[in-house]
Amino acid sequence: MKAYFKSISSRLFDALNENETLSLSFSGESSQFIRLNQAKIRQTGLVDDMDLGLKMIHNGRTVSGGITLSGQKETDQNQALMALASLRAEIIQVPEDPYIVMPKGVPSSEEIQTANGLPFDHAIDALVPAMGDADLVGIWASGKIYRGNANSLGQFHWFETDSFSLDYSLVSSNHQMVKGTFSGRDWYQADYEKNIADSLHKLKLMEQKAVKVKPGDYRTWFEPAAVSDLLGMFSWNGISEGAIQRGSSSFGKMRHEGVVLSPQFSVSEDFNTGLVPKFNSIGEVANPKLNLIEDGKLRQTLVSSRTASEFNLESNFADSGEYLRAPKMASGNINASSVVETIGDGLFLSNIHYLNWSDNAGGRVTGLTRYACFKVKNGELVAPIETMRFDDTFYRYFGTELEAVGDQTKIIPEIGTYGGRDLGGTVCPGILVKAFSLTL
Amino acid sequence: MNKIEIDLKQLLSAVDVSADWVGLREVYEKVTPRMIRDGVPVANGTYTTQGVMVEVLVNGQFGYFGTSNISKQGISDAAQKAYMQAKLASKHALVSFTEAVRPAFQGKYQSPFVKNSDTLSPGEMNEMLLKMNEALKVSDKIVSASSIFQIIETQFKFVSSNGSDITQDFLLLEADMSATAVDGTNQQTRTFGGMRGNCKQIGLEYFDQIDLIGKATQIGSEAIELLDADECPSGEMDALIAPDQMMLQIHESVGHALEVDRILGDERNYAGWSFVKLEDFGKLQYGSEHMNITFDPTVSGEFASYGFDDGGLKAERQFIIKEGKLLRGLGGMESQMRSGVEGVANFRASNWNRAPIDRMANLNLEPGDASRDEMIASVEKGVYMESNRSWSIDDYRNKFQFGCEYGKLIENGKLTKTVKNPNYRGISNPFWNSLKMVGNQDTFGIYGTPNCGKGEPNQVIRVGHASPLCLFENIQVFGGA
Repeated sequence: MKAYFKSISSRLFDALNENETLSLSFSGESSQFIRLNQAKIRQTGLVDDMDLGLKMIHNGRTVSGGITLSGQKETDQNQALMALASLRAEIIQVPEDPYIVMPKGVPSSEEIQTANGLPFDHAIDALVPAMGDADLVGIWASGKIYRGNANSLGQFHWFETDSFSLDYSLVSSNHQMVKGTFSGRDWYQADYEKNIADSLHKLKLMEQKAVKVKPGDYRTWFEPAAVSDLLGMFSWNGISEGAIQRGSSSFGKMRHEGVVLSPQFSVSEDFNTGLVPKFNSIGEVANPKLNLIEDGKLRQTLVSSRTASEFNLESNFADSGEYLRAPKMASGNINASSVVETIGDGLFLSNIHYLNWSDNAGGRVTGLTRYACFKVKNGELVAPIETMRFDDTFYRYFGTELEAVGDQTKIIPEIGTYGGRDLGGTVCPGILVKAFSLTL
Repeated sequence: MNKIEIDLKQLLSAVDVSADWVGLREVYEKVTPRMIRDGVPVANGTYTTQGVMVEVLVNGQFGYFGTSNISKQGISDAAQKAYMQAKLASKHALVSFTEAVRPAFQGKYQSPFVKNSDTLSPGEMNEMLLKMNEALKVSDKIVSASSIFQIIETQFKFVSSNGSDITQDFLLLEADMSATAVDGTNQQTRTFGGMRGNCKQIGLEYFDQIDLIGKATQIGSEAIELLDADECPSGEMDALIAPDQMMLQIHESVGHALEVDRILGDERNYAGWSFVKLEDFGKLQYGSEHMNITFDPTVSGEFASYGFDDGGLKAERQFIIKEGKLLRGLGGMESQMRSGVEGVANFRASNWNRAPIDRMANLNLEPGDASRDEMIASVEKGVYMESNRSWSIDDYRNKFQFGCEYGKLIENGKLTKTVKNPNYRGISNPFWNSLKMVGNQDTFGIYGTPNCGKGEPNQVIRVGHASPLCLFENIQVFGGA
């Protein structure tokens, strides 16, 4: 695939006129999807997809395009050349862009991660028997994922990985649910079967009748999967420098009023996990680690080169959307394995659901409890709780109300498949919050 | 990229697998986004995709292969692999289907339009966006202004071994504007009907029909107005909700709740389940007697109008809820077979690389007979709310919370002062039963969203929602942080 992208890139670069600059991106996958309901197969299939992105810069102007590649060289080269001609015809008609980011010729990189995964033809027989007669619903996604970037100044990046994920829910007879994920690159049948068995064991805890809790403030432990969702909100009108400059960020209080979060709260971008390419969509390579919030203080935001150009700042090579690509939250001191005792009276939340800003400027987020969420009394799990809505600000749950941070981090893999299979994940611990506001 | 012309029927006839049924669905889509932010172009481009979803039925199980290799060999190989996938899966199949869930229809659909997508040049479109951008900046306190057009041209073709032969051509247009006003840490954003709410099937005659400069000035002015507005009050009161917020209310608390594949549990690992049970159809009083909801893919120009769904079923208008009573589910042929519940033609896929699932199309609240003035006059204490900016609902589609951009107090039957950060929350079934008055045709607005997410693997699809102004009584209303 790398050679194929290189070949098309070369053909396009050869076709450029003087003073034209072209940046190309490549995104592809060869995937298997198996959708499950009641531990049986609801839908299944394969998808082969390859997309080429083009960005032309000429005479202070820029236009972009994209085409789907078929894998047939002559067809694809012709289509790519037609796309280039179309960009050339359009670029003279659009206004000048004073903040154009010119690509650079260096550096180049290559990272190819091989795996001993489950062959597509073996997946069904490997997966389904271990589920037994459980009510399991979820999605298996596996296969190769490719990302590439090249430009007419000579830069070339390639990232290739082969991975799988089974993201699933187990449902009890009283409609309570446990969430499970089994993901990786090399397949170990015994590990998979243990993962399912462990989740089935957790499900037994859910057989008790769910109890209602009243709206109000609760001492609350968030498991790492829930913390990952809370951190995910930073990628949406949060830690983006462009969003701060344009008045649509929840980080305004930190930037403009000097508000700080808890000294126990530190977040960085850390590409050392190897879960995502180190290069962004225009081929820039960020530092391996970028401290964003350190001991509760906002040290840096995500600054793309375009934002840097527009607001006269220094870029830290964030991608154009200035979202977190490799988030990592630092662990703390609280023993996560005995946290139920530490909670005493309160709530234990494994997962949360459907988060949105209810007041972006105030940092206030609303959402719901979901899956294995329990009421805790006298240091013991009492019973699962009925779904509750929360509405609280991160200036409290990562700030004034953050009592402790768990001593173990987990990788919460990114398993989204909009458009194509996502890469990456969030590395984070659990957190204990003194008071968390449930509203409905 | 130019569309590569292929003879889908010929490709179908060349498929050599011993399947019980084979279908080929070709999708070609061209998306042209243009955006000006703060007087500077940030998006100009053309993105195309073309591929074929090959679907086969083997021993009662469907298998698919989505491929961009649309050569004869490519389709043939894809069919072989889809066949193997289906065969291996059939011994663990959830349901055993027959080709009856892929009914054979023949026909064509074309979006209504007068001026095609080439009527305006890229330069003319940018010029218009720049003028709108200037008009949004009514004050120095507008720190950011964006104006956006996106044109989408999509062609679907569907042929099958049992005789389906369908062609559908769509021309869609999304227009959006946004102005953010800032004073210290007080920041307020106003848009053109909520995030991308103004989306339609229409040609470039759209620009002759709407005073976009006037709208831009209004949006900018209202963003400034919100800076000095009081916080929305908190408490139980009446909520008068505009069509560009009703759109999301219908979408989240009616549409998703009534998707039959959700009720059957397919979606429990992702978006969730539903408070509605199969036995509720024909019985449940979903809302008050003022509530009439239609699935209507026949509304001319609405965003998700079409002639046939992606399983090939002919699309027709149906009452889903009539006088508050739940009649019919949002389920295509597969869900209808599985559930025994009457459904609609809503088995849809986002593109060639995804298999169809139950989706909304146009899901509309039918107009009532109350005028806007009558509705306002009937309220002693309440808040009028416009344009969605925040949305969240639980996995059973029960407990929702929505935030709007712009609010006005209603006191003793009159609209009084503007309020910022208006929010409300409730539980779907009691909320819809608190629907007190429904506006007449004069209050009716047609909107939609290009961003409805669902399914595993995930899919984003376009839906349309139309609604009149609606009055709900005794709702939990509140303001900002």
